[in-house]
Amino acid sequence: MTESRDICFRTRDLTKVYQTGETEVFALRGVSIDIYDQEMMVLLGPSGSGKSTLLNILGGLDHASSGEVWFHGDVLTASDDTTLTQFRRDHVGFIFQFYNLIPSLTARENVALVTEIARDPMSAEEALALVGLEDRMDHFPSQLSGGQQQRVAVARAVAKRPGVLLCDEPTGALDSSTGVQVLEALEQVNKELGTTTIVITHNAGISDMSDRVVYLADGQVSHIEEHATRKPAKELSW
Amino acid sequence: MAILDRKLRRDLWRIKGQVLAIGFVIAAGIAILIVMQGSLTSLQETRNAYYDRYRFADVFASARRAPESLAARVAAIPGVSRVDTRIAQDVILDMPSMIEPARGRILSLPEGREPNLNWISRRLNRDFEFGRPDEVIVNETFANAHELFPGDQIVANINGRRRTLTIIDVAMSPEFIYAISPGELVPDKRRFGILWMGRQSLEAVFGLDGAFNQISMSLTRDANEQFVIDQTDALLAPYGGIGAYGRSDHQSDAFLESEFMQLQTMSQILPPIFILVAAFLLNIVINRLIDTEREQIGLMKAFGYHDYSVGWHYMKFVLAIAGIGVVLGWALGYLLGGMMTDLYGTFFKFPFLLYQPNPATFVVSGALSLGVAAGAAWFAVRRAVRLDPAVAMTPPSPPVYRRSIAERFGFAKHLGAPSRMIMRNLSRWPIRAGLTSLGVSFSVGMLIMSLFMVDSIDEMLDTFFFNTQRQDVTLTFTNPTHDISREDVQNIPGVLRAEMFRAVPVRLRNGVNSERVGIIGVDDGADLTRLLDVNNREVTLPLDGLMLTDQLAAQLSVQVGDVIDVEIMEGRRPHLRIPVNGISQEYVGLSAYMNREALARVMEEAPSASGAYVRVDANSMAQFFQEVKKTPALQGVTLRSAALEEFRRIMDETMISAISFYIFFASLIAVGVIYNSARISLSERARELASMRVLGFTKSEVAGVLLGELAVITLVSLPIGCLLGYGMAASIVDQFGTELFRLPFVIQPSTFGWAVLIIITASVATGAIVARRVNNLDLVAVLKTRE
Ligand SMILES: Nc1ncnc2c1ncn2[C@@H]1O[C@H](COP(=O)(O)OP(=O)(O)OP(=O)(O)O)[C@@H](O)[C@H]1O
Ligand SMILES: [Mg+2]
Repeated sequence: MTESRDICFRTRDLTKVYQTGETEVFALRGVSIDIYDQEMMVLLGPSGSGKSTLLNILGGLDHASSGEVWFHGDVLTASDDTTLTQFRRDHVGFIFQFYNLIPSLTARENVALVTEIARDPMSAEEALALVGLEDRMDHFPSQLSGGQQQRVAVARAVAKRPGVLLCDEPTGALDSSTGVQVLEALEQVNKELGTTTIVITHNAGISDMSDRVVYLADGQVSHIEEHATRKPAKELSW
Repeated sequence: MAILDRKLRRDLWRIKGQVLAIGFVIAAGIAILIVMQGSLTSLQETRNAYYDRYRFADVFASARRAPESLAARVAAIPGVSRVDTRIAQDVILDMPSMIEPARGRILSLPEGREPNLNWISRRLNRDFEFGRPDEVIVNETFANAHELFPGDQIVANINGRRRTLTIIDVAMSPEFIYAISPGELVPDKRRFGILWMGRQSLEAVFGLDGAFNQISMSLTRDANEQFVIDQTDALLAPYGGIGAYGRSDHQSDAFLESEFMQLQTMSQILPPIFILVAAFLLNIVINRLIDTEREQIGLMKAFGYHDYSVGWHYMKFVLAIAGIGVVLGWALGYLLGGMMTDLYGTFFKFPFLLYQPNPATFVVSGALSLGVAAGAAWFAVRRAVRLDPAVAMTPPSPPVYRRSIAERFGFAKHLGAPSRMIMRNLSRWPIRAGLTSLGVSFSVGMLIMSLFMVDSIDEMLDTFFFNTQRQDVTLTFTNPTHDISREDVQNIPGVLRAEMFRAVPVRLRNGVNSERVGIIGVDDGADLTRLLDVNNREVTLPLDGLMLTDQLAAQLSVQVGDVIDVEIMEGRRPHLRIPVNGISQEYVGLSAYMNREALARVMEEAPSASGAYVRVDANSMAQFFQEVKKTPALQGVTLRSAALEEFRRIMDETMISAISFYIFFASLIAVGVIYNSARISLSERARELASMRVLGFTKSEVAGVLLGELAVITLVSLPIGCLLGYGMAASIVDQFGTELFRLPFVIQPSTFGWAVLIIITASVATGAIVARRVNNLDLVAVLKTRE
């Protein structure tokens, strides 16, 4: 699977320190890791271990305190806000635990929101078909179930054919079978489009569908586990 | 409870911008009320005290020459408590600093005692009595304008003789709080002076020994003023009486009253607008707060807080904001009130001016604002009180959106997603969007209502000075005369054209309505003064019958073709019935016009003249005035350019401060409304906007979604505001009309333009402040939480 081991993200000695009044909180203490093109990676770790922080820095939502991040040879850590916005626009799809759909836009329009500003997007209809929502395209978020909303979020994230897909507990608010539907969508996108996918989860079971599992503890990579074969998402349950 | 209060303080601090914006809107309403009511009561009290202390009369009358013995008969009229007689005469003053003559009004004072009525307030040389015959006391304004002090001399043309008068003191008088010379629109402190002289010396000068030509009386509390006026008229008729009148027709008092009325009107129109706008803002703020705190409310109740303590907590929040506004408003009102009253003091001449802010206004305005605030929050707070703890703690489902009306009708098919977001948000909260628009509309309206006065006054000036009164100079003769012919006037050096006029004091009656006015007789084909109809087109004066100004016709309820009673109060004093053959439009004063020959015919006398309208060669003005100053038969000279200039100067002084005042307060509403609605939108949609940023939208694209909504609201409010302003201006025109003057209803396109521009500027500035917040959205923090 990982014969072309081009590096998508490379981080070196990445730290993030939050200053809260007198005390300093180290969210990341020197993370050095390579993430390969087209791989499906799962980030596991206890609460507060720095998973979200790492993901947000990779996605250009947050700035590191020190250390470096490269994306295909470009140094992200040296970029200003405008460049990071452009980076997100061109390369990154995000999926969050709480869907973050725009309530005033229908499913189709939520996806179109992104395709309108993307370089080489698929159509909104195509993206929604990919997640099995072709018959719900004109529904507003308030008219969709949680799982459906999250699948719209997946469609929105993949519609622009991003290089990377960053997912922060995408199934966190969903029951097992709905969660599987979302994971299937991610799996399909990763396979069909070759999108590098990083998934944060608290659910060790989910890690079976990945190429690699990275364990974070206390702001550091504690160990990495490689899978020779990936378990199909639909065989997962929790 | 203490913890809840701490929460209250933090909540207030968190939205301090909004608290301040709402506070200022309330403060503005309260300040305006306090300033206007404060000035009003201060001016009224000052005037009343002044009238009282200086024995200002209640009824006034003039005659040609009445024997002093008549005073006793007037005093015997039931209802009259005190009578004063005097000699009054208008003269020409030759002031060294002016090429044109000034107008003087000489009034007699008894030597060695106070007059019975209309005392003067001596300013410098209180104890100095009239000694020699040519000593005068001059009114303070005129003295100051010419830097005259006791001991200085002025030259007057009195009864055909040049006399040098020595000033012994300067004074003020309740009769001249607002001192306007005849035929002018505003007081001219340099060209109109009041001179008080000893009665005996004046009797000698004017040959009025043992006689008077002015009488005034004070009335008992239960007197019937109209009865006294009629009785006085009857007594004075044989002596050339020209009609008694009460205080309401006294020029100075009438101007004061019209100013008071304007203050009263404005203080009733403006503050409610501000308080209502503030109520609306409070309502959306408290609703938003309760929405975001649903779960906290549920939690508090689950922990055992009583419903009423939850309700009271939110009520206190609203009352705190209103309270801040009230206190700010009180302070602002107190300060500005003093300034405003002082400003009035420069127009209305009082020997003392007591600024007494009315404590009742403070109490009432405060109580009313807090009450309205509580009312505005009532339903929101009740919602909080009624929230079921279990329900409150389940997350709210996403707000339900629908396609906006425009989309359902197939418009906006090609709009991008951000534009759809804007439109759907507006239609998701139509009432809020509508009220926000209405709030902004009110500020546009308020601006138009204040700015249009400039247009209106310009129009009034244009009509008065350029279309109707086209003469350069008006000469008024001491007595109506046949001796001065048009040729005589024409022969004065510099005169290009002269037209004679006759002015006759009359009382016009139509049924129960009656008015004391002058009929102006002008010649057929007169060109210097013109008459305009209601459409501003020139009309020719009919050869027969009367032409009334529209205001006069309205007050008498007369229409063209009606025949009215005319009591002429000069010469043979015939009582006639004359048809009204035309109505002309004038904004200033009440007048009736008639062909000069026809007037002479009905008066059964040979045509005579009371004065002349003159056009003068601009290069020969100095020579012209040189000659005029020597002419014995003149009692007055009115210079159009000077009157116009004076009017403009006063308007510049007052209008600029008044208009900046209105611009400030109107912008305050616009800023308050827009800022609040932007901040509420921002807080409701922070998550959605942050999501857009995450998806790769730039800061300006995201700010565009938020500001686009404001832009739509502002744009919608502009035409509504213009209509509102149109209506408000119309009602002002309606309310401010008096006998003295009316405002023409004219709004120039540029006025709409300015109002719109000012509000757009205010909106853009407010938008910029809010856009900064969009830039500082914390993406990570927003996405971490559920909502
Ligand atoms: N804005 C902040 N200010 C201060 N400390 C913060 C902030 N955000 C995160 N932290 C701290 O940084 C550390 C890492 O947080 P992060 O959100 O990355 O954890 P996580 O691994 O995603 O946890 P979870 O599984 O609970 O989501 C935590 O200890 C957290 O308390
Ligand atoms: Mg996390």
